[in-house]
Amino acid sequence: MVVLKKQDELVWKKRTTREQWINWFYWLIGISIVLFAWKIISDKTVWFFVQDAPRQAADIGSRMIPPKWSYSFELIEPVWDTINIATLGTVIAMIIAVPVAFCAARNTTPHSTVRIVALFIIVSSRSVNSLIWALMLVYILGPGVLAGTVAIGLRSIGFCAKLIYESIEEIDANQVEAVKATGASNLQQMIYGIIPQVLPTIAGVGIYRWDINIRESTILGLVGAGGIGLQLNGSINTLAWTQVSTILLVILATVFVSEWVSAKVRGAII
Amino acid sequence: MLKLENLTKRYNTGDLALQGIDLSIPGGQVLALIGPSGAGKSTLIRCINRLVEPTNGSAILNEVNLTKLSSRALRKSRRKMGMIFQEYALVERLTVMENVLSGRLGYVGFWKSFFRKFPKRDVNEAFRLLDRVGLLEMADKRADELSGGQRQRVGICRALIQDPDLLLVDEPTASLDPKTSRQIMRLINELCQERGLTAIINIHDVLLAQMFSQRIVGLALGNIVYDGSPEGLTPEVLTKIYGEEDWSATIEKVDDEYEEA
Amino acid sequence: MMNNVSETLYPKSWKKPPFIKRSWLRWSIIIGSILYLIAALLSMDINIQRVLEGLPRGQRFIESFFPPNFSDNRGVVWEGILESIWMAIISTVVGVALSIPIGLGAARNLAPLWVYMTCRFIIAGSRTFPEIILAIFAVKLFGFGPFAGFIALSLGTIGFFAKLLAEDIENSSPAQAEAVKATGANWFQWINYAIQPQVMPRMIGLSVYRLDINFRESAVVGIVGGGGIGATLNTAFSRYEFDTAAAILLIIIAIVMVLEYASSHLRKWVQ
Repeated sequence: MVVLKKQDELVWKKRTTREQWINWFYWLIGISIVLFAWKIISDKTVWFFVQDAPRQAADIGSRMIPPKWSYSFELIEPVWDTINIATLGTVIAMIIAVPVAFCAARNTTPHSTVRIVALFIIVSSRSVNSLIWALMLVYILGPGVLAGTVAIGLRSIGFCAKLIYESIEEIDANQVEAVKATGASNLQQMIYGIIPQVLPTIAGVGIYRWDINIRESTILGLVGAGGIGLQLNGSINTLAWTQVSTILLVILATVFVSEWVSAKVRGAII
Repeated sequence: MLKLENLTKRYNTGDLALQGIDLSIPGGQVLALIGPSGAGKSTLIRCINRLVEPTNGSAILNEVNLTKLSSRALRKSRRKMGMIFQEYALVERLTVMENVLSGRLGYVGFWKSFFRKFPKRDVNEAFRLLDRVGLLEMADKRADELSGGQRQRVGICRALIQDPDLLLVDEPTASLDPKTSRQIMRLINELCQERGLTAIINIHDVLLAQMFSQRIVGLALGNIVYDGSPEGLTPEVLTKIYGEEDWSATIEKVDDEYEEA
Repeated sequence: MMNNVSETLYPKSWKKPPFIKRSWLRWSIIIGSILYLIAALLSMDINIQRVLEGLPRGQRFIESFFPPNFSDNRGVVWEGILESIWMAIISTVVGVALSIPIGLGAARNLAPLWVYMTCRFIIAGSRTFPEIILAIFAVKLFGFGPFAGFIALSLGTIGFFAKLLAEDIENSSPAQAEAVKATGANWFQWINYAIQPQVMPRMIGLSVYRLDINFRESAVVGIVGGGGIGATLNTAFSRYEFDTAAAILLIIIAIVMVLEYASSHLRKWVQ
């Protein structure tokens, strides 16, 4: 903010002229990057297909209606598998994520080297998408639900551990100090001073991730890791569009129900 | 009973919070520690149970030099020092009973405390203490459901169930209204009389300090500038502790009849 | 109160009150969860033999990751990474730009009911389906290549960003909004002076976070033909060039770490 004196008048401006120029300069850089990115993408695009897209969309859309309702009975088992992948994957992830989070939090880590290892586990688990984890695990464990469950688990560790360790770092240190002053050992300070404070977060994060995992596990079938994605992939490849629309509606319903369940449970816990 | 010798604390920031404190407190004495914010009151009592590590000097409780103890022995000694905190410092998501029983953690093994299996004597004592401070019905309530005064009573129970020799009290009335403040101070005082406890009470409120203690120590910039009876607090002494101000209203003798018994 | 009673009157044991007070509900939840876990584990159909067979294969698989091969002969790795970065940038910018009107419309305190319902419907639609399903359809419509990935990621960004923006606006202080309205400001001035300053810092942080997500997602939209590093990664896997795959994964991890570091700094700088 500046106030200038111009011909006996005070003029208020948000920025000085120099600041204004620097500001414009940043905008210029930003816009050039975006335009450059756009150019790269558009160079690799066959515009004929893009122009054709609305007609294609209308075509596929009309083929999708009406959904093949009878097919939905065949989807009961894949949906059951999908839910199991998400649930068991979340359980596995939480069992590993909680200790990792305690090692990663600055105020509870046993040692700074341990902390670095924990942070590395978190970032590598988070960086690799569950579909890529599944791709690798299908090679190792063979196609099926197991690979999907482990993939969801591995992907969720980082996510859960990150949120949990951030909340551990934000706890009220006074409460822990009070427990410490009674002569409690380190482990006792943990269970009386720290865990009661972070337990709601731990539960909340688990439910939140479960909700996300339901969504994620619907696609693992694309690489053969079980769940409803398998049917989706098959139906798209065989151009069975009425089946595709049925599957999408089933996914929609599953996600909707899971969102409702997680909201209910979260409300009950916190 | 408690003896501080040349107790010094320099923080990592370079601030010298305590400049060689020498103080000796006989058994059963209730001592009020007054002084402006930043004078080192909190640091002083935390250096005694080593929640803050003193840089130099020693604190000797019943012939034991606390500053020399290993971490295991220190935990054992902490059991004999009950602490009452500013803003109560209860574990808010635990029940009142768990908060009181947490005072026994130093005596109970890890798994017993994990499963909340405290010895019958401890549980019985916890109920007795809760009744003594008038919170028997609250045992199963969560600590964050209580009012400020009630929380501080729970804090007092947590300190007393340790069966301490020494009570370290850090600004017990800092966030309480004037009436509750008096009630809490009176309660602490009564309990000290009942059990013959030694206590060091950090307190902002000069009036409360005069009312409820036998001895007053004034701290300014990490040094003891007054050590004497409550009656000895003259405007000159207060100026030495807190700096220039009109003190005439502060040291007026309080009338006890306005309070409810 | 009973002050002078003997010690024996007080209980000698105490149990923590259970979290769920109604015992029938508590037990049905416990038993229900155990039954579900058993059923789920049984339906997993774990073929122990297959897993045991897989372990040495897994070991070979992981061994073949080392050493990671960063200098692949065709230079496709770096090309793929760059394509992913450009895709992530452009889809974040476009997605955020589209999210702003939709987010404003989905805030109940700003928009009339019919606008609110429409915008919420768009958000719910784009949130339900993972980016990869959006990508499958985008590839069907726009052909193979980064354009399809860009469309999928932009749509995904709308579901994420517009929802959070709307929630932030709904949680913003009504007192400040009222004060600016009281000055006689028009709608745009009102948004600019009362709402924008309140939500801006968090939105900048979220944009960087979404850039991070879009970059990671760009690694998978390629698997279904949406361009970017995912296509390269998929090729590497299907050609059993695991050392190249390892290099790609490590590069992804490194870039995500840099983005995370950058975003935490940016957030501090903005606030």
